[in-house]
Amino acid sequence: MAEEITLSVFRGDRSGGREQEYKIPAMTGMVVLDALHYIQAHQAPDLAVRWNCKAAHCGSCSAEINGSAKLLCKTRVDDYENEVIHVRPMHTFPVIKDLVTDVSWNYEKLRQIPAFQPAINAPFTLQQRDVDRLQEFRRCIECFLCQNICHVLRDHDAKDAYWGPRMMIRISELQMHPLDTADRLDLLKGAAGIGYCNITKCCTVVCPQGINITENGIIPMKESVADKYFDPLGGLVRKMHK
Amino acid sequence: MAQPAQAVHGGKTGSAWWVEPYLTVLALGLFGLYSIWLVFFQHTGQFHNYLSPFFSPTQSWGIKVLPALWVLWVPLLFRATCYYYRKEIYRGFFHDPMACGIPESRRKFYFGETRFPFIWTNLHRWFWYLALVVLVFLWIDAIRAFIFPNGFGVGLGSIIMLVNVVLLTLYSLSCHAFRHLVGGGSTRFSCADGSPTTRYKLWRTVSDLNQRHGLFAWISMFSVWFTDVYIRMLIYGVIHPVRFF
Repeated sequence: MAEEITLSVFRGDRSGGREQEYKIPAMTGMVVLDALHYIQAHQAPDLAVRWNCKAAHCGSCSAEINGSAKLLCKTRVDDYENEVIHVRPMHTFPVIKDLVTDVSWNYEKLRQIPAFQPAINAPFTLQQRDVDRLQEFRRCIECFLCQNICHVLRDHDAKDAYWGPRMMIRISELQMHPLDTADRLDLLKGAAGIGYCNITKCCTVVCPQGINITENGIIPMKESVADKYFDPLGGLVRKMHK
Repeated sequence: MAQPAQAVHGGKTGSAWWVEPYLTVLALGLFGLYSIWLVFFQHTGQFHNYLSPFFSPTQSWGIKVLPALWVLWVPLLFRATCYYYRKEIYRGFFHDPMACGIPESRRKFYFGETRFPFIWTNLHRWFWYLALVVLVFLWIDAIRAFIFPNGFGVGLGSIIMLVNVVLLTLYSLSCHAFRHLVGGGSTRFSCADGSPTTRYKLWRTVSDLNQRHGLFAWISMFSVWFTDVYIRMLIYGVIHPVRFF
């Protein structure tokens, strides 16, 4: 490994900014977040970076490293041998300062999703196989890398029309619960805009938790919407079956 | 609003992200052109007991239409609305986006699958139902490919047709819409005694197959193509039929 690493880090705020180069000594096992902490400690104490657990569990340190959406704490610098490491904030959300972005829009949308409405009061017992699907979605650490890479939000800035992959799997988690009684399909087709997703699967590619967002969350929800709105025959069969 | 500063490195640096979309355009484009050539310039796909999948079934029940077009629209729409192909088509043909993180050239007028024509992708299950009907005919054709004038036999064409229909079956049964229909739409996978429901077992099996849906999509498309090319070469006398016994 090279003795010195060059990082080009975005410095700026909502009004604009540019990348600034820093050279730091390489250390064994160093991740990009370590490199940024070194810069903070020795060269730029005013460098803003959001982080918390440094163990890929809190989802705070999302950023773009050489154009790819990643967690700073999970990306080793030796993955970029002989390359300048470009570190930028998430493109989809407004910059507050340097690498810190304003992700509050995601929390606003999460609050708009109708909460779990159980048919019976807790405590209840469920078979593991009935909750396996939900537990995959509960691994989400809300790093919002999926929201950042989703081209509907990133390139088309269609936040008013589509709530993004994170909200889709939150709704999936609730919809697939065996005891939930709420119907969120109108929301999915309407305000949450599931039809805007064209299944290009970038959300799944960037998920640091390995959640199969598209295959296990979004597509089943698209099919549930198709059940209700695009399949009158299936609807009739289900009604008769009940 | 997204952040004001445009990313310097909008896409994945150092990776050949453009290979996949261009290969998709090449493969699907060539297959599309070949299909158009068959529809407008070829009138049969029959060579003795071998029948090209593009021309099956041969019965048209009195409906006057070009022989290949009679059937072709069903698998074409089934594949065009397939969740796997949608990803490849949007990336390759519409650059929506070409690859993850690659900035799009067309930023206005994106409606996803909420308006015509892409809202039709919601009808995927209907094309799946129709594709199953075609699949039944293809199985009949594959069985007929083993029946020669002198009785049962095995030729190279018989094996090609059998492999083709097996791959098409795998592609059809690994479909996302089928996965949802067999059990994905259910929220309960356990019986009252705690044992797994039949729907759960079916859903698990289809889910396992579904993980290879993309693979089945490509190899079944190439097998259809190859089967027709083989039979067409027999029709034109370019090659002679190989009979094992």
